[in-house]
Parts: sequence; C-alpha cells; structure tokens
Amino acid sequence: MQLKEIISLVEGKLLTDHYDQNEKIDGAMGADLMSDVLASISPGAALLTGLCNPQVIRTAIIADIHAIIFVRGKQPEEETIDLANEENISIITTNLGMFEACGILYKAGMKSFEKQSLEDFNT
Amino acid sequence: MAAQKQKITDLYASDITRGEELAYELRIHEVMTKDPFCLNPEMKMETVLSIFQENRFSGAPVTFEGELIGILSLEDLIRSLRNNDLNGSVREYMTLSPITVNANDPVVEALKTFARTNFGRLPVLDAEGHLVGIITKGDISNGLLTALQRDYHEEEVIRYRASHLFEDIVSGRTSLILRYDIRKGDFVHGGNASSKIKRALLRLGASPQLARRCGIAVYEAEMNLIIHTNHGGSLRVEIEPYKITMEAYDDGPGIIDIEKAMQTGYSTATHEIREMGFGAGMGLININRCVDEMRLISSRERGTNLYMIMYLNENNGTPAKEE
Repeated sequence: MQLKEIISLVEGKLLTDHYDQNEKIDGAMGADLMSDVLASISPGAALLTGLCNPQVIRTAIIADIHAIIFVRGKQPEEETIDLANEENISIITTNLGMFEACGILYKAGMKSFEKQSLEDFNT
Repeated sequence: MAAQKQKITDLYASDITRGEELAYELRIHEVMTKDPFCLNPEMKMETVLSIFQENRFSGAPVTFEGELIGILSLEDLIRSLRNNDLNGSVREYMTLSPITVNANDPVVEALKTFARTNFGRLPVLDAEGHLVGIITKGDISNGLLTALQRDYHEEEVIRYRASHLFEDIVSGRTSLILRYDIRKGDFVHGGNASSKIKRALLRLGASPQLARRCGIAVYEAEMNLIIHTNHGGSLRVEIEPYKITMEAYDDGPGIIDIEKAMQTGYSTATHEIREMGFGAGMGLININRCVDEMRLISSRERGTNLYMIMYLNENNGTPAKEE
C-alpha cells in the first residue's frame, strides 16, 4: 500500500517533509510497548502507536520501520519530528483511535506484520 | 494548529537551505549547456522554424562573427508566424543585447536573474565576454540533481573504504572496538548509541539483516542500562572478521533472579517507565532471539555483564570475508 493511500485512509496528516508518497509500505503493526515492536516487526513496515516520544523513532531506526502513525491525535515534539526527518522516516498523525485506525488499514488490505505468539519467534 | 503549520514551514525551509547551499557551491559553467547552437542574424525565420522543430529548441542565441548580438525565443518565432512573415530575418525579430550571466558566477546568480526577468534562457559569457554556453532552469535542476547524486556517491565511498578496513590492515588479530557510556535515566538519548552502532555496521559492509539483529539486541541492552542500573553503564562492541561481540555492563544493582528475568513478560520496571513504552518484560528475550549467543552474568557485588555474540559467515556480508 502506498503511503499516500494510508494517509487518506486514516484521514491523517503528514508531519515530516520530503517523503516519497509512492513509497510502498509492505505491512503494519500496532503497539505501545517498544519491545513488542522489536519482537514482532518486519522491515519496511508502518507502526501505529499511541506512544509519542523520540524513542519511537529510535525504535523505528533499529527495526527499519518506514512510517509511524500516531493515533488519537498525538502531536510529537519538534525534536521527534527532526529526528524522523534526519532518518527519512515518515510521521503521520491521525485523530482516529488505535483500534479504528488499525481496523481501517486492515480492512483495506494492509498486511499484518504482527507475530501472534512467542512460538513464532524462532521461525 | 498554527504551531503545527509553523513546524512544517521550518522543516521545509531547512530543505531549501540545502538546495541554496548547492546553488552557491555550483558554478554556472558546471551546469550550462556548452557550445549552444547559434543563429545567424540574416537567417530567415522559416529556417529557424525548421531548426527549432527538428531540435526541439525553445530559443537560441544569435551571433555575428563569433560575438553574441541577440537572442531569439519561441515567442519571437510565434510573433513572425502571426505576422505571416516567415520570410523575415532573425535580425528583425530577435531581442537585442540580451541579459547575460558570467560562466564563473555561482548558479544562484542565474536563479536570481531568472526570477527578476522571467526569461527562459540566458546566454553565458566567459571573462572575455565571449559566448560559451546557454543556461535554462532545466539545466539548473539537472545540475543540482547531479550534485546531490555526487553527495550520495561520497557516502558510498565512505562505506567502501570502511568495508575494506579489515583487508587493508593486516595483523594477527584485527578488531574494531566501539565504546559508549550510557547514563542512568537518560531517556532523551535512549537508543542513540544503538543507532550509531547499527550505522557503523552497515558502513562496514554488514547486511541489513545482520545490522538489524545487532541493532535490536544492543538497543534492548542500552534501554536496560538506562532503566535498571544504579549509575548507568557502558556498551562495548568489538567487531572482528569472524564475529561481533556486544557487551553491556554496569555496577549494579544486579539481577536477583536471572531465571525470572528471562521469562516472557516479567519486568521490574515501574509504572512511569511502562508509560514511556518500556518494561514489557521482553528485553532479554528479544536479545536472545536476535543473537547467536547470549551470556548473562550478574551479582549484587559486581553488577551485571551481558554478552551478545554474533558469529559471521560468508552470507552475512561481513567486511573481511567478502570476496
């Protein structure tokens, strides 16, 4: 799914600049705990989260996440946006809640990058 | 909402600055079209029409005995067509003594002239006043893109040099050691060291998968130092041709029950730390999953030492084993 489709589906607003709106996002996951993100995610994903601090960006760098969607209208601080710009990670903010934002994307055909249980970890 | 708009404008502005920087660095002669096709003042407009059509020109300088005397644009050609005057000469329709720019001036001078005059092309003169080229906005865009490409290429060169480090330096046992001090409670910089380690590994030629696995492991270890130690601690990464050893150590308080700490979801993190998105009880489990070998040594007297080791093989894309 293209980044611009995601933005329009969640009625989101892009907070970072110079992004490739045709960039393909392969899948997504929703999480508020950073270790859950690291445990579960695959590269090239979008992360939906209600957590809104620079650590989210750092986690994204480590996990090769391409886009972050802040739910419930969360507004990151400027330093968070700066960091994302430096690392070419797109940040989107939406007024939708986590459940709704995830649901809309899932229904639109976005693949889930979440691993369902610990047993999946070794695969 | 207004503050939000401001933010984007600032970021947008910082983007422009990089372009401006290049516009000052690049000289006009570096981006212009050299030896442009020149028209003769006695040429008929009919000839110009076929030249412009064939070559898809939208304008050309007019020279007489090698000196620039005017410029003829598509609009001038249209004017002659309107007048049904294709027999007219270039001399009658050209713009005399056109505005020119100097070959040695920075590109920004040409940009300023374009903005001021609204012309589509400008003849370029050398120091002696001879016509050496022509510049359009398209030439400038291309020049800037090429320069950006060059910037990118320089990063590739750094990467190439770094990835040959292990081949160029011969010793009985070569290793590269990176050290980072991590402060207790420093959430603002949390993950900074790990990002740097990941980038260093990529520059050294590690595959993205390997860099990511190391990054995740060392990130969890870094956050543990920030969250759980008495006084912070250190990260030490030793890169050798055949393995990467990542070590996190601190001086306490030590892990009371290692077996429990290794259980999924078990965490001693406080409510505040969980609010920040940490303390899921997944840290050590994530690390164990990412690295080939993990060793955890902890005591109340000596604090905690965590060793994370990755063994490299041909497929992992490590510097010394390439080729």
